[in-house]
Amino acid sequence: MTKNLKNKNLPDPIAMREEIMKKYPRKVAKKRTSAFVVNDPVEIPEVQANVRTIPGIITQRGCTYAGCKGVVLGPTRDVVNIVHGPIGCSFYAWLTRRNQTAPPTENDVNYIPYAFSTDMQDENIVFGGEKKLKEAIREAYNEFKPHSIAIFSTCPVGLIGDDVHSVARDMKAELGINIFGFSCEGYRGVSQSAGHHIANNGVFKHVVGINQEKKLTTKFRMNMMGEYNIGGDAFVLEEYFEEMGIDLVASFSGNSTIESYEYSDQVDLNIVMCHRSINYIAEMMEKKYGIPWFKVNFIGADATAKSLRKMAQFYGDAGMIKATEALIEREMAKVKAVIDEVKPKVEGKTVMMFVGGSRAHHYQELFKEMGMKVVAAGYEFAHRDDYEGRRVIPNIKIDADTRNIEDLVVDKDEKLYRPDLQEKKAALEKQNFEFEDYVGMMPDMDKNTLVIDDISHHESEKLIELYKPDLFCAGIKEKYVVQKSGIPLKQLHSYDYGGPYAGFEGAINFYKEIDRMINASVWKLIDAPWKLEPEIVGSVVTD
Amino acid sequence: MRKIAIYGKGGIGKSTTTQNTVAGLAEMGKNVMVVGCDPKADSTRLLLGGLAQKTVLDTLREEGEDVELDDVIKVGYGGTRNVESGGPEPGVGCAGRGIITSINLLEQLGAWDPEFALDYTFYDVLGDVVCGGFAMPIRDGKAEEIYIVVSGEMMAMYAANNICKGIQKYAQSGTVRLGGLICNSRKVDNEREMIEQLAKQLGTQMIHFVPRDNMVQQAEINRKTVIDFKPEHPQADEYRTLARAIDSNEMFVIPNPLEIDELEKLLIEFGIAN
Repeated sequence: MTKNLKNKNLPDPIAMREEIMKKYPRKVAKKRTSAFVVNDPVEIPEVQANVRTIPGIITQRGCTYAGCKGVVLGPTRDVVNIVHGPIGCSFYAWLTRRNQTAPPTENDVNYIPYAFSTDMQDENIVFGGEKKLKEAIREAYNEFKPHSIAIFSTCPVGLIGDDVHSVARDMKAELGINIFGFSCEGYRGVSQSAGHHIANNGVFKHVVGINQEKKLTTKFRMNMMGEYNIGGDAFVLEEYFEEMGIDLVASFSGNSTIESYEYSDQVDLNIVMCHRSINYIAEMMEKKYGIPWFKVNFIGADATAKSLRKMAQFYGDAGMIKATEALIEREMAKVKAVIDEVKPKVEGKTVMMFVGGSRAHHYQELFKEMGMKVVAAGYEFAHRDDYEGRRVIPNIKIDADTRNIEDLVVDKDEKLYRPDLQEKKAALEKQNFEFEDYVGMMPDMDKNTLVIDDISHHESEKLIELYKPDLFCAGIKEKYVVQKSGIPLKQLHSYDYGGPYAGFEGAINFYKEIDRMINASVWKLIDAPWKLEPEIVGSVVTD
Repeated sequence: MRKIAIYGKGGIGKSTTTQNTVAGLAEMGKNVMVVGCDPKADSTRLLLGGLAQKTVLDTLREEGEDVELDDVIKVGYGGTRNVESGGPEPGVGCAGRGIITSINLLEQLGAWDPEFALDYTFYDVLGDVVCGGFAMPIRDGKAEEIYIVVSGEMMAMYAANNICKGIQKYAQSGTVRLGGLICNSRKVDNEREMIEQLAKQLGTQMIHFVPRDNMVQQAEINRKTVIDFKPEHPQADEYRTLARAIDSNEMFVIPNPLEIDELEKLLIEFGIAN
């Protein structure tokens, strides 16, 4: 059985794409074809990405507010995140991503379980909502006395012109705590990606480096960026860093505090996990403070080992290198025991992944380790560099939608800049150590696999019909539609109810989970009841 | 009941013309309601003798959902029923949304119930059709007849043409039609002929030419319409004529807005060139 599947012939991708596009009007088909690419890992083709979704198409994407509040700032526990807008925007951004956090003691604050909203009503739209926002900030301050307050603008706020930034300034002066606003109205960009950029800008402008009193004295200091601690991923990684002797100063933003961002400029290194959502801060910190960054991936046991080794190599400390190797050896033994058992049961099975802005790439590592074949993958909100690699950045066309998002001009901070780190970087680069490196998803995918940006509902249904994959990875919006076709769907946003999937421990969890999902035949045994028996029986009645 | 909206460039005299015309209709024995759709809330001052009117939105804000029709409708000259929708201070919030909220509330409260036996509703709308909210009276059949107040000044004519674009848009999907242009004279050269020609090109009529007269100002200072303040004055007769013209109007069209160069040509032929 396994053998058959391994050799199962996949449809000709070009003919299949044509069939899928047939359903679209001519102009739509043309546009979608540019985002629906047959991969060649050597001669990487161009993928259309980060452009507007065509109206009428059912997209997976979220809005700018979701990217700013939900993704980037949401997982930070010591900031009161007030949503300025109608209640729905706040409620649906409340704890939905399963970001976990662990305050060190019971006395440390954690506002993540709360939902703060101005709950705008018709009256606030007509007469303006600034007064209500100020009242909300005062109320939150009196109740919680937080360290910082952030304000997030929803669509109507931008339409009626409430000035959240002047409210933030006024309230900062009145209350004496850090208060800052984000103009992250849902419609500001083509997807949540715009919200990530706006969040990066705001955090960099209002938070990073504002605490120069606290002086860190640990030997090896690092920030981790683009890791959001879904299902406890960050907890696994934190243990590794500790074992290696690295002081994780700040995490943007899984299991994080705003307070730690304030002195996060005192590190030697930034590692970047999700390139799409956080590369802006990494780049700005390098420009301002001279802190180098490189890309890591902790999804997959091999990828984790590779990333940890690279970090140890960066610090070049013999003790750390030794500790890292010991850690890898110990953990890899555990991984091997499980993979040896799981691999024969899943090898050769096919997977499709349409998720996020880096997850659809990262998780390919885990599937490779299991011997499974990723036949199609794509992101929801990535840009071309996340597909084709950072080398294409100079050639990416900057359209009006992108120009709509402020690009901060960052200058070198003469006092805080670290020329020593830049010298270290230059020396390491001579030994082929790569910084600012992201090669993108496509070089890691096989020839003739499909790379599809912002996949539509129609396209995923047709792909399922034509490819009959063994597993589909996406999010909650797709889950039940896909499962109705008898194919299990693993959510890679929230991890369903599982996790952690990062690091060695996470890899083991993932292997077991995928084995369970694929080899449970429940989806093939049942059929939708209405296929056998229509629910409503109607007849035509005439007078 | 006939549902009429008055549009026109800001400061052209929409509120003055509306109230004086409504006074004329009231004098004819018609039951009229005036709905002011301007955040400044000054559309019913002359009919109410300057009575400070509590706006629909202010009432809604203060009373919550517990608003009654009598809280927001005041009876004025000749039995006219007067409402001000109100709105935010300049520079904040969304006045357009305010008008939508306000008209919806009036409908819910039964402002148009048969018991009032209304012959006319007049919506007096702020300036240009700047956004969806200000187009509210011409959407969904709230108003079915539009009259545009205009003068021979270039910007007033531009605005009139622009409003016609809005009417054209909603006319195609609804019942709204243009009833005509009201020329509120600014004593521009060849004004009457020029507006008659503009009306012709738009496919409508100049329903009346209201001459400029200081009496209008005098009456306004006394918080009254001319018909109320000096019923025997010739200017009062002008408004009576306009009221009769509207009452007997049967010409309702979907306008054909002019291209900008056509409009400029018209101005040159009738105005600047002479």
